[in-house]
Amino acid sequence: MKPERLLICPFIFLLIFPCIVRGEQRFDLPDFSVHQIPHTTTPPPRVVLYEFLDVIVLVAALSLASYLALKRRRRREIFILMVFSLGYFGFYREGCVCPIGAIQNIAFALFDSSYAIPYVVLAFFLLPLLFTLLFGRSFCGAVCPLGAIQDVVLLKPLSVPSWLQQSLGLLAYVYLGAAVLFAATGSAFIICEYDPFVSFFRLSGSLNMLVLGFSFLIIGLFVGRPYCRFLCPYGALLRLLSRLSLWRVTITPAECVRCRLCEDSCPFDAIEPANLNQTHPRTQTDKKRLGILLALLPVFMIAGGWLVSLLHVPFSKMNFTVRLAEQIAAEDTGTTEEISEASKYFHEKAQSEEILIQRKTDVSNDALKKRKQFHRGCWLLGGFIGLVIGMKLILLAVYRRREDYQADRAHCVACGRCYAYCPIEHLRQDPTKKVTIQ
Amino acid sequence: MLRGGICGAGLLGLGGIAWLGPRRSELQHTVWQIDPTICEACGNCATYCVLEESAVKCVHNFDACGYCRICFGYFPPQRTGDHEGAENQLCPTGAIVRRLVRDPNYEDIQKYEYTIDEELCIGCGVCVKGCENDGNGSLYLQIRHDRCLNCNQCSIAVACPTQAIRRVPADQPYLKKEAGHKV
Repeated sequence: MKPERLLICPFIFLLIFPCIVRGEQRFDLPDFSVHQIPHTTTPPPRVVLYEFLDVIVLVAALSLASYLALKRRRRREIFILMVFSLGYFGFYREGCVCPIGAIQNIAFALFDSSYAIPYVVLAFFLLPLLFTLLFGRSFCGAVCPLGAIQDVVLLKPLSVPSWLQQSLGLLAYVYLGAAVLFAATGSAFIICEYDPFVSFFRLSGSLNMLVLGFSFLIIGLFVGRPYCRFLCPYGALLRLLSRLSLWRVTITPAECVRCRLCEDSCPFDAIEPANLNQTHPRTQTDKKRLGILLALLPVFMIAGGWLVSLLHVPFSKMNFTVRLAEQIAAEDTGTTEEISEASKYFHEKAQSEEILIQRKTDVSNDALKKRKQFHRGCWLLGGFIGLVIGMKLILLAVYRRREDYQADRAHCVACGRCYAYCPIEHLRQDPTKKVTIQ
Repeated sequence: MLRGGICGAGLLGLGGIAWLGPRRSELQHTVWQIDPTICEACGNCATYCVLEESAVKCVHNFDACGYCRICFGYFPPQRTGDHEGAENQLCPTGAIVRRLVRDPNYEDIQKYEYTIDEELCIGCGVCVKGCENDGNGSLYLQIRHDRCLNCNQCSIAVACPTQAIRRVPADQPYLKKEAGHKV
């Protein structure tokens, strides 16, 4: 140590002296003979048993929803179940924990070994996925409170043009990827932070969240379930799985007579019309286009990865440690006058100059490590986005022959609106009914 | 056939995630709690909770309290006298109740007991700072689990400048602050 530093030492000690004595026991504890010293009360949290009750309600609701959508085929009954779910999972359980947010717990648990995910959260994540794999998206139709609140406000559905629907639908995958990135790095749970409807369920919330929620509901008056279709990250997962589902919603219970009555019945544009009468596209160009797209897929992924990796520095600011380290560095180099709350307490906590320097190096090392994680994560996120865009283009390039009017496997949320439009369905429910088909 | 195969593969995938269960999961639920040894009582708890009235309240570890006549968590630094008038209270909502303790051991020295009225407390931590800086540090902030909704992401934790809020096992949902922890 330089001699002048040694001279400063006592002064530093005097400066930090008040910090050392903070929180010490300065006053003697009393020694009462009669007076009883009260205990600090500790009201217990909600009993774990109730959390398991939620899982049971979830399983029951999922089973009932699948039964109603695939067997009973009555919109009214599905609607009643949906309102019950809105009441129970939404307003009674106040929207937490939900499968949408559970994605982040899974990602966090996979990458952070110190976090043990509760069984209840794991069940909430897996059960709807399992049911979707078997019966299609009956979870979205009648169990999810976020879907329900949008479904009940749907007043006059407008048809969204196909190109807009297809491209906006990709946003959900971007949101999913970003949520996993931020959760896996232990930075933020963005799905929970920006949940648009949770402030309604709790009947309290910040102004921003209320404005966000209201705008979704106002859009939802005219565009069916905007959050579900264009943003919901769990919906993106369910879309993938429902493509593979064993059973699924069919508009007609028997053979489709192509009466076209159901054509406009779906407010979510999830009915694929029969295309028998359309002229067949030129298969040769089609095959060529498909080949080119398949070859381009890796290019999309690498380009996406590179583009998003450019954003790893701003993205990493979502992390507390990175933010703190940047702030401290900015203060030390004098690039900022403002002192953040976090850095104020960081400086106050250090008891000596040496400890402060040590902590600063620790924080900046941690931040560098985090930033490296973000760099890798951003490459993966970009690659994922590239893959999603590429796959979308490939799916659009594939021509599929459809003899019937059918519910789109991915986008149908099993709300049951189309059943009533099908004359064959009317016959099924009441064989004596007279139905004339032109 | 093909669909069955793909569906089976999907099931296997889900099973893979479920396998996370026994390894990384526990029956034990977790709840959010403030670590009082890290907390600096900045006041964010009062405003950032999703509840209109924060789930964070001040609690009193009576075992560490000095039962002083002049309490630094109760009186503001410039008090107008030794009385309990509103202008003489540090707490903005008057949530600390001050009561004279009658005990044979303290006939001539007056000892006072300070209890928190949780109905009134807003969790701002003003008293915590006073007690921490000049007293025994027996007042501290805790998330009260009869109020806490146990959000998946605690919004106070996001706003906490010292990252003092963490998940704790639900069977030990409170962290106690011992006197003189901060040396």
